[in-house]
Amino acid sequence: MSEYPSNCLYTKDHEWVAVEGDVATIGITDYAQGELDAITFIELPAMGDLLEVGGACGTIEAVKVAEDIFSPVAGEVVDVNGALEDEPEIVNNSPFDDGWFFKVKLSNTDDLTDLMDKDAYLAMVGE
Amino acid sequence: MSRILFELSTPGRPGFALPAGGPQGTARLGDSKLRQDAMGLPELSELDVLRHFVELSTLNHSIAAGFYPLGSCTMKYNPVLNENLAGLPGFAGCHPGQTPETVQGCLELMWELEQKLKAVTGFPAVSLQPVAGAQGEFVAMAIARRYFEDRGERRELVIIPDSAHGTNPASVAMAGLKSVTINSGDNGLVKLESLAEALNDNVAAVMLTNPNTLGLFETEIRAIAKLVHDAGALLYMDGANMNALTGRVHPASLGFDMMHLNLHKTFSTPHGGGGPGAGPVGVTAELAEFLPGLRVVRGDDGFRANPASKAIGSVHGANGNFAMLLRALAYIIRLGGDGLKDVSGGAVLNANYLQARLRDTLEIPHDGLCMHEFVASGRSLKPHGVRTMDVAKRLLDFGMHAPTIYFPLIVPEALMIEPTETESLATLDEFVAVMKQIVAEAAEDPEILLKAPLTTPVGRLDEVGAVKNLLVVEPPTGEGEGS
Amino acid sequence: MRGFVPHTEDEIRTMLAAIGVAGIDDLFATVPADCRLAAGLDMPDGLDEYGTASHIEGLAAANRPAGGELCFLGGGTYDRVIPAVGSQILSRPEFYSAYTPYQPEVSQGTLQMIFEFQTLLARLTGMDVANASLYDGASALAEAVILACGAKRRKKVLLPGSLRAAGRRVVETYTRGMDLELVEIPWDGTGRIDSAALSEQLGDDVAAVVVQTPNYFGVVESLADLAVEIQAAGALVIACVEPTSLALLESPGAQGADIVVGEGQSIGIPMSFGGPGLGLMAVSQKLVRKIPGRIVGRTVDNQGRTGYVLTLQTREQHIRREKATSNICTNQGLMALAATVYLATLGESGLKTLARGLADRAGYLADKIEALPGFSLPFSGDIYQELVITAPISAEEIRAQGAAEGIHAGLALGGDYPLLGDNALLVTVSEKHSIEDLDRFVAFLGRCTS
Repeated sequence: MSEYPSNCLYTKDHEWVAVEGDVATIGITDYAQGELDAITFIELPAMGDLLEVGGACGTIEAVKVAEDIFSPVAGEVVDVNGALEDEPEIVNNSPFDDGWFFKVKLSNTDDLTDLMDKDAYLAMVGE
Repeated sequence: MSRILFELSTPGRPGFALPAGGPQGTARLGDSKLRQDAMGLPELSELDVLRHFVELSTLNHSIAAGFYPLGSCTMKYNPVLNENLAGLPGFAGCHPGQTPETVQGCLELMWELEQKLKAVTGFPAVSLQPVAGAQGEFVAMAIARRYFEDRGERRELVIIPDSAHGTNPASVAMAGLKSVTINSGDNGLVKLESLAEALNDNVAAVMLTNPNTLGLFETEIRAIAKLVHDAGALLYMDGANMNALTGRVHPASLGFDMMHLNLHKTFSTPHGGGGPGAGPVGVTAELAEFLPGLRVVRGDDGFRANPASKAIGSVHGANGNFAMLLRALAYIIRLGGDGLKDVSGGAVLNANYLQARLRDTLEIPHDGLCMHEFVASGRSLKPHGVRTMDVAKRLLDFGMHAPTIYFPLIVPEALMIEPTETESLATLDEFVAVMKQIVAEAAEDPEILLKAPLTTPVGRLDEVGAVKNLLVVEPPTGEGEGS
Repeated sequence: MRGFVPHTEDEIRTMLAAIGVAGIDDLFATVPADCRLAAGLDMPDGLDEYGTASHIEGLAAANRPAGGELCFLGGGTYDRVIPAVGSQILSRPEFYSAYTPYQPEVSQGTLQMIFEFQTLLARLTGMDVANASLYDGASALAEAVILACGAKRRKKVLLPGSLRAAGRRVVETYTRGMDLELVEIPWDGTGRIDSAALSEQLGDDVAAVVVQTPNYFGVVESLADLAVEIQAAGALVIACVEPTSLALLESPGAQGADIVVGEGQSIGIPMSFGGPGLGLMAVSQKLVRKIPGRIVGRTVDNQGRTGYVLTLQTREQHIRREKATSNICTNQGLMALAATVYLATLGESGLKTLARGLADRAGYLADKIEALPGFSLPFSGDIYQELVITAPISAEEIRAQGAAEGIHAGLALGGDYPLLGDNALLVTVSEKHSIEDLDRFVAFLGRCTS
């Protein structure tokens, strides 16, 4: 099981958000990858896409599950993790590091105030 | 595992002889690009073909092979006679574009089936064109949309309970409407307050499966219908489970405005390994003018097929799955009014018997009298590291098909069991004994379940690998294809 | 009890006792009394097997099936010779009384057959992948249009005026709620798509162009040329084909099609008054995740043995619900089996012989009819197995006269294609036709109008 980073924020959709300056990196939590089980396909937003808070911006699939990826923040996509296209299982193996999804240049840092810290998130998923 | 068709091929093997005697060298294809490459079709003798498919057939479970309690799918006996009748040259050789005088038998058959389906449902008009239950759902939603457009109204929402089949929301989306899910009550039925709260003047229709996917009759159906109609919306019945009601309940008289029937469930046309089916749609008199396809009328000069005046269009290239309609009519006239009542009686008797016998073996979250099926939960096995999937796989070792699993979504670790009326008491008792043994194994030796099935042509298959290393056609450079 | 309920009276009593109710009617206690039918169904009591057969056979006898007479009907449903081995295999209850292969360990027969079907179809069409089939050719076309609009995120689709009208109606019905724009492209004097008109309509708002080839008039389109132009505009090419023609004509895949659809009735399925048919769909690799319906993939079991499973299921309604690629649940399994057996039995050489024979017959008929006084052929383009003829009298008159003497003369085109007029008749050949049959038909046409 992967360690939950304390410097990340978390969403009720089981995403993590790591902020450095005005750029947020987004991925899914260890709990989420465990619930999905073997991830077979990830569709990420494209570079330059403008995301809104809560907007569906991609898909994550296991054999018999398909979930939308919702952006927890607003802004422009400035980087995507291309490695996931061919090796989506990276997310199962390393959800908090190599398995990151995409990076967003934040248009409004106020979006972050609604997110949970590590303890609140772990309490939510009952761990 | 059987060798694949292409491995059996020998180039140059004399094949099937087509009629000779046509002209030669007269084609008008001078301007067209002709195919130069080999297609890569196999070359086999008739006996090769027969043996290959007979071998494949032995790898299937089927109703003919054994018990098939696949919930919501109604895997009951398909009378053999009906297969013979469907092959009669008098039907099989008819082209849909023949002049009506030369296909009076086909048209009369369709007319007669419509009369029968009206009698079964209580609806005054039925379209036979939809070729599947899901297509019937789509047709009903398209009718709802069109009905409101015709009245100058625009309504966009369709309310669906959380116990519904996945086709319901997908059909709503295809019709350009939006689905709204309401949660079922603790008793598994529609909660009137939730429904009332969700209803407004933007709701076009409410889709209900009755009995629902838990096998429960919506006892407050009349109150539901009143709420829906008071909001100006239409009430649609997904008739997937009509086999619980034949001869006893007219959906039209419960307040439904439309419904579809699955001829491959209620009226025993074979499932064919996944189609062809048939999903006729019945509607009230007010909605009849919107029905799709051609409807057969009887006149002084015989039977004729005409489109309805404001038809939503057409969902099939011709008259729907005629050969399935034919089988359904044969089934209905053979059973008659008395037999159809026994169908629902037998289906409900068998389901309740199984439920009663399994009550001390499996948890039944919505216990009480069920209709044609019931839903158990395998969650009590979880402490042994056993999931419902493992129970399903273990059943296969006993020559029985598994129930529908993990559906409906509102029951954790669901096992949806539908025995159907055509199974004998001995078969039901055998199933009970097997289930008791499996549940005992789960506690005593769960490894047996986790490794199951062991007696089938293949064991558990790597579904993750199938998605990741997607191979859905034989590669062209494969061995033995004569290259 | 009736209705194939096997219980004895004793057994019923045993079962009721186990449940704890007195009678079968008591099992319906959850159905409120005012919801139950007071009387039985308004329907006679049941018949025995013999009586049932007699009734249905009586209806069959009231038909004059075209397949048993001289049939020149086509237009999407074709009168073919079907090898007897096909009906023998289809009559095996191991196939027809199974359902969708939800439990792959006990469904390998159906699954492997579908994998073989997918392979045959991919090879025939020259495409990368095919699905396990859809309901029929018309709904497959509608699904292709929806797929293309979703993939391109565009809302305009161009349909040829020479498209099979029954297919067009289903496209319109399926897409009515989706706010799409369907634009018709006229045909030219050859009977092919008017390429100038197509160029005018093409633009960056077009999701796809449908090219039916051979089209409804039997005329072979220049698919490769059209594909270049269509794809230059960023739109997808949906080729709508008759599968037997692919043994003779360049495959749509080789000509650049992105999506291929068609009606598979003509490869091993009886006409049966138009149904069941078989919806064919094959696509290029890049569209595989967007294809509707079931797909079977090859994998291995827990002991490393080859096996087959339903795969890419996240596209489907039972998982994706309202976001699924389609609401389709099953495929057309038994009909896919019929097509697989048919293609396996005819094989590479048989299908080529069939296609060549049809084209020769159609050309022969065109030559003869063209020479008939008062008759003409409105189109000059290449033909495969059918052709439009313009008669000096109405097509319906010819049909009626033909029916009286056992000749099913063709389909009248004036209703769906008013530009062709009431005298236009679509005439289709079959491999059943000998030269004498064709000559008899030509003589009939000559007699009709004299």
